[in-house]
Amino acid sequence: MLKSLKLLAIAAVAALVPLTASAQNGPLRLEITEGVIEPLPFALPQFIAENGAATDVAADITRVIAADLRGTGLFRQIPQDAYISSVTNFSSPVQYADWQAINAQALITGSVESRGDGTIVVRFRLFDVFSEAPLGEGLQFSGSADSWRRMAHTVADQVYERITGETGYFDTRVVFIHEEGPKNARLKRLAVMDYDGANVQFLTDSRSLVLAPRFSPQGDRIIYTSYESGTPRVYLMDVATVTSRPLEAIPAGNMTFSPRFSPDGTQVVFSLEDGGNTDIYLLDLATGTRTRLTSAPSIETAPSFSPDGSRIVFESDRSGTQQIYVMNASGGEATRISQGSGRYGTPVWSPRGDYIAFTKQEGGRFHIGVMRTNGSEERLLTSSFLDEGPTWAPNGRVIMFTRETAGANGAPAVYSVDISGRNLQRVATPGMASDPAWSPLLR
Amino acid sequence: MTPILTTRFAARAALVAAALSLAACSQGGFGGDDAIELRGGGAGSGAASDPSSPAYFNSVVGDRVLFEVDQSTLTAAARATLDAQARWLLDNPEYSALIEGHADEQGTREYNLALGARRASAVRDYLVTQGVPDSRLRTISYGKERPLEICSEEACYRQNRRAVTVISAGPGV
Repeated sequence: MLKSLKLLAIAAVAALVPLTASAQNGPLRLEITEGVIEPLPFALPQFIAENGAATDVAADITRVIAADLRGTGLFRQIPQDAYISSVTNFSSPVQYADWQAINAQALITGSVESRGDGTIVVRFRLFDVFSEAPLGEGLQFSGSADSWRRMAHTVADQVYERITGETGYFDTRVVFIHEEGPKNARLKRLAVMDYDGANVQFLTDSRSLVLAPRFSPQGDRIIYTSYESGTPRVYLMDVATVTSRPLEAIPAGNMTFSPRFSPDGTQVVFSLEDGGNTDIYLLDLATGTRTRLTSAPSIETAPSFSPDGSRIVFESDRSGTQQIYVMNASGGEATRISQGSGRYGTPVWSPRGDYIAFTKQEGGRFHIGVMRTNGSEERLLTSSFLDEGPTWAPNGRVIMFTRETAGANGAPAVYSVDISGRNLQRVATPGMASDPAWSPLLR
Repeated sequence: MTPILTTRFAARAALVAAALSLAACSQGGFGGDDAIELRGGGAGSGAASDPSSPAYFNSVVGDRVLFEVDQSTLTAAARATLDAQARWLLDNPEYSALIEGHADEQGTREYNLALGARRASAVRDYLVTQGVPDSRLRTISYGKERPLEICSEEACYRQNRRAVTVISAGPGV
């Protein structure tokens, strides 16, 4: 097990201080429910370095804010060489006509000050160019210089939220499986990264196969499956200390896997295999009480809580093929919701509660899709040789998943797509990567 | 020479040939480290000529059975192999077995883990019906994590949908 991680001990972005009292919302608004075909153009002059020591970090922060916004597919950055105005003072009045002339609908300005004690102060403002008004208050953050990426993501989250009305998702992390080696002898390590692939940190070494991790709703724990004891079983890791322990004492020969937290983080739902039969169980982490939720001779696995904690969606092959079912969180009768042709697995309830994401397998192709919680309005977002294992951004607007290529040199990578099926992107990981699971918003 | 041994040796030539052709394309075989070493001995080695050796079990008796897509039902060919495995285990009580269940890559990860467990258990249950004490048999699933063949075609997939009986010294638990 690896030690030493500043991981989520990232110095918290300390203070969010409103710079002005003029909290007004202009008419600039991006409705993203049906996906955006024409991205909104924004101008982002390089953040002003208030002192020489802040020059590099000001440039870095500007670059990450721009990448966050562009990466959504909802925004288009107007190149800096097209700008008429130059912003040299954070407090100077905005020359709206200069930004209107290049058709910038949103203008983001900011400054960075480096203090001697290893902290930096970031200030930013957002303007609705055509309404000639600020969009929300200016904000000031201070924090450790090491956490500059988080400060950039926080600015981008603010911009995204003010323009779309949706919660942002840039200040988040993703736990995933890093893979190395040939296809028939893969080495796998538990790792975390920022949502954009930066700051990768390994949480386990490659001695034991590890699979399908999930963050706790608070982001402080990770639950996953490991072959560390020889038999696949569920482990619970404390993120701050990078120490893990088996979830509970399981009789030898029984396999436990497919763990997910309840929305309040006090319970874990998982699969337990006994004598070749796999069913779903619930474990109360405080009391250690285990409750069996399904009792069928078929395979029941891949459970996922509804965000209100009242129901669990899961997959079962009780009908003869993998299909998706919903039951009460206390178990009992389940209702099949997948209705199309093909096989359906890995259901994941959206944090908004409105959709269930899934993997669909049909005709030798794999798809990531979404459906309403009653199985209606099924929509396939992707198609490839092998797509599987969706995970939701905390705002329920973007999905990450594993895409594996075919053949002897086939390799897995992490991709993201928005729930309209647009903006498919590969997440830049340092090597082969699979089984992503998104953290909550860290703020 | 007992009739059982006669039968075994009669079948041996063809089985060795089959095992050799299998070995040629299955270097990525996944068992315990013991199993890989034993297989490394090769079907033609001295060890494999000893009917009480694990090498003989692996190459002559046959250490694996294959499954249809998404199935854990034992085929007639699989049952014949398992009959021979059961006889070997009964003849050699100083060994125990770990049965590894595997799936091909055409499935989701966690479902395939469960499917591999189902396959391993089908083999274990069959060996028990043939008289092998349950205490000498353990199971583990690797799902789709350890393919034997790495192409993305049915020719490989059919070799990957397998349960492998890995012999180790010791009378079991």
